[in-house]
Amino acid sequence: MYTPHTESDVEEMLAVIGAASLDELVRVPDAVALRRPLELPAGLPETELAGRMASYAARNGALGYTSFLGAGAYRHYCPPVVMSLAMRGEFLTAYTPYQAEVSQGYLQAIYEWQTYVSLLTGLALANASVYDGATALAEGAIMAVNATGRRAVLVSKAVHPNYRAVLRTYASGLELEVDELPLAADGTTDLSGLDGKLAGKHYAALVLQSPNFFGCIDSPGAAARKAVEGSGTVLVGVVAEALSLAVLDPPGAWGAAIAVGEAQSFGNPLAYGGPYVGFIATTKEHMRRIPGRLVGRTVDNRGNTAYVLTLQAREQHIRREKATSNICTNQAHCALVATIYLAALGATGLRRAAVLNLERTRLLSERVAGLPGFSRAFAAPVFNEVAIRVPAGLSAARVLSALEDRKILGGVDLCRWYPELADCMLTNATELTSPAEIEALRAALAEIAASAKETVHA
Amino acid sequence: MPSRRPETLIFETGRPGRANAYFANGPAPGELLPGEFLRAALPLPDNSELDVVRHFTRLSQRTFSIDTGFYPLGSCTMKYNPRINEAAAALPGFRDLHPFAPDGLAQGALEVMHELERSLAGLFGMSAFSLNPSAGAHGELAALLIAKAYFRKRGEGSQRTTVIVPDTAHGTNPASAAMVGYKVLSLKSDARGRVGVEDLKAVLGPDTAVCMMTNPNTLGLFEDHIAEISAAVHAAGGLMYYDGANANALMGNARPGDMGFDLMHLNLHKTFSIPHGGGGAGHGPVGVAERLVPYMPVPVVAKDEAGAFHLEFDRPDSIGPMRSFWSNFAHAVRALTYIYANGGEGLTRVSQLAVLNANYVRSQVKEFLETPYDEPCRHEFVASAQALKRETGVRALDIAKALLDRGFHAPTIYFPLLVPECLMIEPTETESKETLDRFVEALREIVATAKADPQSVLDAPVNTVVGRIDETRAARQPDLRWEPPSN
Amino acid sequence: MTQPLGLLYSKEHEWLKLDGEIGTVGITDYAQSALGDIVYVELPRVGAEIVQFAAIGVVESVKAVSDLYTPIGGEVVEVNPVLEADPAAVNRDAFGEGWLFKVKVSDAGEGEKLLGPADYDRLVAEA
Repeated sequence: MYTPHTESDVEEMLAVIGAASLDELVRVPDAVALRRPLELPAGLPETELAGRMASYAARNGALGYTSFLGAGAYRHYCPPVVMSLAMRGEFLTAYTPYQAEVSQGYLQAIYEWQTYVSLLTGLALANASVYDGATALAEGAIMAVNATGRRAVLVSKAVHPNYRAVLRTYASGLELEVDELPLAADGTTDLSGLDGKLAGKHYAALVLQSPNFFGCIDSPGAAARKAVEGSGTVLVGVVAEALSLAVLDPPGAWGAAIAVGEAQSFGNPLAYGGPYVGFIATTKEHMRRIPGRLVGRTVDNRGNTAYVLTLQAREQHIRREKATSNICTNQAHCALVATIYLAALGATGLRRAAVLNLERTRLLSERVAGLPGFSRAFAAPVFNEVAIRVPAGLSAARVLSALEDRKILGGVDLCRWYPELADCMLTNATELTSPAEIEALRAALAEIAASAKETVHA
Repeated sequence: MPSRRPETLIFETGRPGRANAYFANGPAPGELLPGEFLRAALPLPDNSELDVVRHFTRLSQRTFSIDTGFYPLGSCTMKYNPRINEAAAALPGFRDLHPFAPDGLAQGALEVMHELERSLAGLFGMSAFSLNPSAGAHGELAALLIAKAYFRKRGEGSQRTTVIVPDTAHGTNPASAAMVGYKVLSLKSDARGRVGVEDLKAVLGPDTAVCMMTNPNTLGLFEDHIAEISAAVHAAGGLMYYDGANANALMGNARPGDMGFDLMHLNLHKTFSIPHGGGGAGHGPVGVAERLVPYMPVPVVAKDEAGAFHLEFDRPDSIGPMRSFWSNFAHAVRALTYIYANGGEGLTRVSQLAVLNANYVRSQVKEFLETPYDEPCRHEFVASAQALKRETGVRALDIAKALLDRGFHAPTIYFPLLVPECLMIEPTETESKETLDRFVEALREIVATAKADPQSVLDAPVNTVVGRIDETRAARQPDLRWEPPSN
Repeated sequence: MTQPLGLLYSKEHEWLKLDGEIGTVGITDYAQSALGDIVYVELPRVGAEIVQFAAIGVVESVKAVSDLYTPIGGEVVEVNPVLEADPAAVNRDAFGEGWLFKVKVSDAGEGEKLLGPADYDRLVAEA
């Protein structure tokens, strides 16, 4: 497939090379030669191939359900103009812009991405992307470790559990300590005693996420920020729902020196978990520690504006074992999708989308938490997710299962990561969640609660 | 023909309120949240949809790609990216599936991941693959974390501190090792450009954790002593790691698992035709031998006796997850589509023709450029402009720029570091004989011009939208973003 | 080029000028030329105790990075303030304006491990 060689092409080429056969060219020592055909079915013609892949796609029943799933991956509207531009062959099939003269288009697009991320996070500069929010956090923590020389990180339990798990994976490689801060009753991070915890100058970084995993706004107040500054700890701000940056005070404004997060919400499809796109933004002070690629604007030999990959001496292909990170391939195309999305929506569209998220989530919260027996688990203000406590005697697992029977995916069971929250489910509403869907959820929950009561009394 | 006029930044155009109305208007954020949490301003431009379309269309026209022309970047495998893969990945059943969809409602996606994993295991002779890592370097990191966990479990964690890497290795190899706290020992290649068995044995010891290699190596040469190398590393108690960047050379013909490799990564965006997208997203599955299976990242896609699939997280010896969710799933779809399209015979032929194309180019290029290591190559080969530089002052960099003027992308230059003034050329199997002929002619003509009129090569590129770029200024005065004008 | 007088050299192409107990350190003209346009210099902190021949900083050009090894041990007392904004000074005048840092030398005897001008010239010629 996709190889243009005819038999006569092969013959002519072998003659030029002076080889007798293809077998001769690919021969390997007997000790390692594979002597039997590969155990793969024969290649399919495209007509059958299309059908085969479509049959897999058709077996993902979740698509037929009403979904309130969030928790780090968000269902947002992406205008068709975005993919029609991003999928242009030049963007799709280009490589890393190492030959800058023929890559000015992509380089400029990445420069625009870097600008968008800086503006949205309120920090001086951003890189050309990393794999996703979780790895962005790991890399951000490593930046803080390199900046301070300290080998421990303090992270809130309200940071996305998968992000914390990835942080621990990376930390185990570098033998870094990871300690956690507990939750406060209102759904934010319990920062009491922060002064004492940081005073020992033990921690390289304090990691907070806002909105946090529970959807709660969880940025530190003045006292906490003072404790951070005084102890020389680097404040790392995590944003898993990038759309929140359209309306909420960004990490740069609440004192973070490094902002990390996930930009999947900007035009990238859910795609069962990937590829997504992580971002890292920081202050000028940490510029040389930032991992990954950076695009800079300069001039060419005729004095024209030109873009180029810069500060490459930090990267693996030059610095090798002393590089700031091993990252090579990043998420360029996903960052491009995000950039075009941001360009198309503009400040106006982004703000409107964010406001709709706030409105729908408020509606969901009122309609659902307003049901007898149901309540909001946490009092702190939220962006587009809310943790709902189910009636006593029920578990979130049971309720979610019953919702599934009614073709509704009501959210994620928080018990999965927080055993003390076994009666709570995390529910997300976006601009794509209609009031009718929220009513259907409410009606289903009312029914489930009622029949559970009957069962108890029976 | 792309315009030489500079392209304005998206931030320099636009007016508040000009953007298309994608969403209904609503209340101000201040009516929904307390003011203390709200951002003061959102300094992003509003552009009309038409202006956005023109802007990015023009940017795409200023970007060279596989779709535009020949892209012989050594080590990158710039093969054609089939559009049927895109159609498959765009199916709503895949595109709109949330990662937290219950397993029972994601059986199609889980089966895709399982099928891909089984196919890769068979193709490369490993017991299992994890689709967790996001890129090749990410897969390397996972593999080294697996090695570290394995040795720790055996009580050899503090003893095994060193990773051996040939001097021809890709920079990610030592960088990944450093991210896992390993010391890196760079092994000098022998006169044949390979890892010398005796040289290796001299540095093996109880402190050896992993030996990282690729085969064929970055010079495009098959490491013919690989069986002995693996045996020696295993005898010292170490693990063998295969960097899969050059896997395009050996499908159907030889398998890393059979060569003694215990760990490997693949670059699906190289060997399996996933588009490079300007530098990512990639996909870097990590493969393991039987005894390392327990350490794989989570989750793993498991199949039960009833034939149903689920994501398995409960694996006590796992190194943990490498990323937020389960895989770069859209790429898994693309890769599986490619595997189904080719089948076993097709993939075998892919590697054969990749090797044919590289040798076809090499056997002609060697007439006018030095090709160190005078033997047939695999899927890529290296040429050196060292002699040309001495004679004319024209270097590998200048040849690269001259190729840009003639409508080709340059090969990889200055890698591997072992060869001075290096050009690494990898045509891939999807190029026709005519394209290769035109490339060889262009190179021949550039070398001849270098001798007759070196300045014209040193001035290249002149046909591109910008000329040579002041990289020094870019590094000395970093300008990494547009700044809003201070009012 | 022939080197200025009164300097000692390391094999890693650093120079040392001793003035009483203060040593001034830089990289040689040969080194700056080999590196190309220098874009950034990472220097040790003032007050840092450094050990002879240890890697204590970095010199970065567009395409390469070179570790800086100190030719002499002691306490860092001054770093060249000009280099933050103007790393090109090292290219322009490696032996003068482009000096890197000054050390309060702990053991002047360590200078015996360095090369004299003639030996350094030979090293460069053979490179």
